[in-house]
Amino acid sequence: MIRGMAWLGFALCLGMGLLFPWSKTPLIMGLCYGMASLGVCILVRGGQVSFGHALYAAIAAYAVAFLARAHPETDGLVLILVGMAASGLVGAVVGLFVVRYRGIFFGMLNLALSMVVFAMLGKFYNLTGGTDGLRINRPTMLGFVTERDVFETILLCLSVVFAASLVYAVQRYFKSASGEAMAGIKSNETRLEYLGLSAKYILWQAYVVSALMVGLSGAVFGLVQGLVTPDIGSWFRSGEYVFITILGGSGHALGVFLGAAVFEAVKLFASAYMTGVWQMLLGLTLILVILLAPEGIVGMLRQKISNSNEGQS
Amino acid sequence: MSQPLLETRGLCLSFGGVVAADQIDFSLHPGERLAVIGQNGAGKTTFINICTGFVKPQRGQVFLDGINITQKEPRQIVRLGLGRSFQLPQLFLAHSVRQCLEIAAAARSGHLSWFTPLSDAVDRHEIDDTLSLVGLKDRANTTASYLPEGQRKLLDVAMTLMLRPKLMIMDEPTSGVASDDKMTLMDTVMLALRERQVTSWFVEHDIDIVNRYATRVAAWIAGRVAADGTPAEVLSNPIIQREVLGT
Repeated sequence: MIRGMAWLGFALCLGMGLLFPWSKTPLIMGLCYGMASLGVCILVRGGQVSFGHALYAAIAAYAVAFLARAHPETDGLVLILVGMAASGLVGAVVGLFVVRYRGIFFGMLNLALSMVVFAMLGKFYNLTGGTDGLRINRPTMLGFVTERDVFETILLCLSVVFAASLVYAVQRYFKSASGEAMAGIKSNETRLEYLGLSAKYILWQAYVVSALMVGLSGAVFGLVQGLVTPDIGSWFRSGEYVFITILGGSGHALGVFLGAAVFEAVKLFASAYMTGVWQMLLGLTLILVILLAPEGIVGMLRQKISNSNEGQS
Repeated sequence: MSQPLLETRGLCLSFGGVVAADQIDFSLHPGERLAVIGQNGAGKTTFINICTGFVKPQRGQVFLDGINITQKEPRQIVRLGLGRSFQLPQLFLAHSVRQCLEIAAAARSGHLSWFTPLSDAVDRHEIDDTLSLVGLKDRANTTASYLPEGQRKLLDVAMTLMLRPKLMIMDEPTSGVASDDKMTLMDTVMLALRERQVTSWFVEHDIDIVNRYATRVAAWIAGRVAADGTPAEVLSNPIIQREVLGT
């Protein structure tokens, strides 16, 4: 049922983008938010909330910008992969350190690290362009030199493919031995150790994977904007990822994309009709979700589905 | 006599002025069912914690099957065949009973799959066997947090059994269980251990249980083994009667 919804949702994204060209950019950005939040969601399954994961979006986006400026002939897909690799590498090193901590300490350490990088991105003007950021000229995409419009279409298709593959892979991971052991970190780390497993190693693996995902989102985000600024790594952005994760729910990998869709829709609606109070609208949405559906949108859907199944049988 | 399964030499540990382990030389042989008795604070749990690597001794060594495990981490010791169940059962409360055993089975294999569903990555029959062995078959799909205390204890033991340990250390397996249910619980646990040929060591306060299930009793007083022998010998020892049993 949820799998069917996922296919339908991603197909709708694609269809809408092709029918209404203005919607391509917000759709790509929404998918980027979803992919990044999926990275955060993986850690939430282990009971760990990172308030600094935008760091990995920034690392990837700046890696893309540096490479695209140094070698303008580099293909867009290669840029994305390099951006991801950079994030994964930083995640692997930072992970060694942060997986030793749990709960609020884990969250705040991630936040602190992201703030340090955020400040550096703003201050090293000669290298990073400071708060003005770095422009990324449109690269070739899959070998094609393209107009803006076609470039966006290709990016949208790529994002949909990335997002759908990630939902599939991550959902498989949630149900696998590694994923269930990760959930075991949330409920009982002592037991994991006494089963002969290293909770730190399990968390580290998940941390690297989550950094890769946020990196993917950051790289695509940088390309679609054609510009990276330190904002991409701000604590506010990290907070948005956590917001989307809670909104969508971490019970199923699709949850964050539902969260991201609602998030983007509320933002679009608010910016058109309620300028100036859009944060309030987002806040109210979150309050409603926490009160009415503590397991997030996907939790609420699952509840509905299982209820209707029971009704039939 | 055969090589001891577990052996300690000159273990010492004190917390500030409190001596928790005082020159403990102890050995346990395959097939024994050891009951450890002693008052609270006598050092029973500390001894378990040292043997399972949770606490490091200040002096002395621990050997499991001839391997020096003194400085090893708990999970390395577990992998060498020393299983442990807890006074407060340590379960994955959000998982079902079956999933708890599946995670344990996957842990034993040493390889955690990334894409294969957990239930396909482990031997289904083995899980079923263990569930039947401890009488939890009809609770297989119950979430662990819904189990009553007695069944939680059984699940705790069952998860450790999935690791196929050589030795199982149980810290107060019957504490927190209604007195009527204690014997049934112990019957199940001891039968399961015998079936799987696991040497066992349990901490217990109930003398009836000690008499019924142990082949050997060790009494702890102030960080020392004050008496060690058959249940009849130890329980009739006047010092033990006065200091440990309080009769």
